[in-house]
Amino acid sequence: MRHVISLLIENESGALSRVSGLFSARGYNIESLTVAPTEDASMSRMTIVTTGSDDIIEQITKQLNKLVEVVKVVDISEAAHIERELMLIKVRASGKDREEVKRTADIFRARIIDVTESSYVIELTGNQGKLDAFIGAIDADLILETVRSGICGIGRGDRVLKV
Amino acid sequence: MVLTGAEIVIRCLQEEKVEHVFGYPGGAVLFIYDALFQQDQVRHVLVRHEQAAVHAADGYARSTQKVGVALVTSGPGATNAVTGIATAFCDSIPMVIVSGQVPTAAIGQDAFQEVDTVGITRPCVKHNFLVKDVRDIAATMKKAFYLARTGRPGPVLVDIPKDVSMHKCEFEYPQDIAMRSYNPVVKGHQGQIRKAVQLLLEAKRPMIYTGGGVILSDAAEKLTRLTRLLGYPITNTLMGLGGYPASDRQYLGMPGMHGTFEANMAMHYSDVLLAVGARFDDRVIGNPAHFAEEPRKIIHVDIDPSSISKRVKVDVPIVGDVKEVLDEMIRQLESGEARPNPEALAAWWKQIEEWRSRNCMVFRNSDDIIKPQFVIQKLWEVTGGEAIVTSDVGQHQMWAAQYYGFDKPRRWLNSGGLGTMGVGLPYAMGAKLANPELPVACVTGEGSIQMNIQELSTCRQFRLPVKVCLLNNGYLGMVRQWQELFHGGRYSESYMDSLPDFAALARAYGHVGIRVDKPADVEGALREAFGTHKDELVFLDFQVDPTENVYPMVQGGKGLTEMILSAEDL
Ligand SMILES: Cc1ncc(C[n+]2csc(CCOP(=O)(O)OP(=O)(O)O)c2C)c(N)n1
Repeated sequence: MRHVISLLIENESGALSRVSGLFSARGYNIESLTVAPTEDASMSRMTIVTTGSDDIIEQITKQLNKLVEVVKVVDISEAAHIERELMLIKVRASGKDREEVKRTADIFRARIIDVTESSYVIELTGNQGKLDAFIGAIDADLILETVRSGICGIGRGDRVLKV
Repeated sequence: MVLTGAEIVIRCLQEEKVEHVFGYPGGAVLFIYDALFQQDQVRHVLVRHEQAAVHAADGYARSTQKVGVALVTSGPGATNAVTGIATAFCDSIPMVIVSGQVPTAAIGQDAFQEVDTVGITRPCVKHNFLVKDVRDIAATMKKAFYLARTGRPGPVLVDIPKDVSMHKCEFEYPQDIAMRSYNPVVKGHQGQIRKAVQLLLEAKRPMIYTGGGVILSDAAEKLTRLTRLLGYPITNTLMGLGGYPASDRQYLGMPGMHGTFEANMAMHYSDVLLAVGARFDDRVIGNPAHFAEEPRKIIHVDIDPSSISKRVKVDVPIVGDVKEVLDEMIRQLESGEARPNPEALAAWWKQIEEWRSRNCMVFRNSDDIIKPQFVIQKLWEVTGGEAIVTSDVGQHQMWAAQYYGFDKPRRWLNSGGLGTMGVGLPYAMGAKLANPELPVACVTGEGSIQMNIQELSTCRQFRLPVKVCLLNNGYLGMVRQWQELFHGGRYSESYMDSLPDFAALARAYGHVGIRVDKPADVEGALREAFGTHKDELVFLDFQVDPTENVYPMVQGGKGLTEMILSAEDL
């Protein structure tokens, strides 16, 4: 099962490698990991997408909690939550493809943020499925480069991850 | 007061009431050694190899309740220390390791004697720090000691670049420490404890199974009280020996791979199992699927939530300090009316006595050749069961654990988790320094002792009269045993040729060396070592039966009840 784990961690050098080292040492999967400081610069927030049985997810959260610099851990996928990922995708855009790509971007409510005579850079935010669908909708031969941020997640409503 | 970083490090050790530091100097720690030289509160023990420094500090910690401290230089000093750190980590031993690092400006430049110490040690420490500013040293040292000794204890490393140890700042040792990210639980959940007590009282076939957590939390007294109050059978793991007096009737011996028949059977067929500070290790419960076949309720008390429901499903988890939880259990039991069911308990004990009557620990003694088990029995007699016994890893370790009945905690020091050959002698050094009034014996093998034999020199310099009891079987015995049983008797590289004359070697280091060939001489040699030569290091080289194997045995992957009790079972 896929899980989205959010955590707050002291913004110390080496903190990221403690988390990634834990995953590799114990053989847990990481599908994606994103991290950046929060509004309180002394703390970072990390979103980790992982897969595993319930027992493994339980161990993952316990092991993360055990790391001395980790302040809080929640499995936000246990309840209603929102996931967003950012993608930048560079596509060939010349001739008849130019118009077609633009139309597809509009349908997905993506934005073209860089234009040359032969290419676009398109920015798209959404959940993983939407990003995957966009890639699927574009002719594979046109894709020059994609970069995805990995997922940021947040609980819906009153659920707050804070110290 | 304005001090250098190096002086601050030493002042912090003084503030933490550290009496002994085990270490080895080098370029990156020259300032720290200089500061050490100019005071006499903290005593430095100069080892002969950094691995031994860490092991000795570890042994010091295991035999006391104190945090062990080691000091090493950068690069090779730090890498030599890694085995020691990992050993302490696996057994949750509170330690602080201070390592020197190349100057901050040189970090990342492939400087002379530079390694990424924090990176290398990250997976085998509870936590580590690289101190980049002299103003952070005091708070970091305070945190290091706090982290090492609280919660589930463990080694903490503090890496200090040379320039940071040279810079100056105002010194003040912080009084308190608060870390928002680290708040270990102490008291167990009241409701859960009530549930556990209820379950224990309803049990028909109860069993108490305890591990190193009881020793680490200094809870042996509480455990003994609770066990006596209930009248239930109890077993202590390899790491938990001495948690309950081995000489008591309620004690069934050690469980697991080389545990007793009665302990393993009672573990397996219990209907309520109280696990305290133990972690259902593969060497203890064998195959978890086989263990799960028998229905039973499990209560698990541990300071570390990640130890609970890791290998077996637990019915009543209790996270908390073992001592506090046991204390609360006793309180609830004593204040309530309910007592265990006497008929059920009597029937259970009858069954257990039947298992016990198999006498699985008997071995065939001999008048011609020294049996290793016999040496341990004599060691127990001669020391009145009062010694601190350290061991290395192998057959001798199991025989020491099986045949030296430990009645008290912190008397048995061994590397249970990592299984590190070479810990025995440095553990004995640390234990002797910490407990000068107690006899200290290091039970070892000729393979293991050679992994840190250079420490005989340290023992001479610091006058550490430990007694080395070498069970010399001429083989890497435990390896040979597995090869005999599981690899068709093909003894691949388990025979050691060209062994030194250990007694002569010990003499060359300035100690007493005695070689013992005959069973009749075993007791005399031991009496000489602990009597006549009480104040000297004595190296006893016992020439033991090279073919002897450790039994009972549960093979890897097998269930607890599928034991080989003796060679005749094969
Ligand atoms: C550092 C290290 N290397 C290898 C091993 C694997 N090993 C476990 S027991 C053993 C044999 C130990 O031989 P010895 O010290 O002579 O003790 P004996 O089993 O003969 O009593 C070995 C090689 C280990 N535990 N530690």
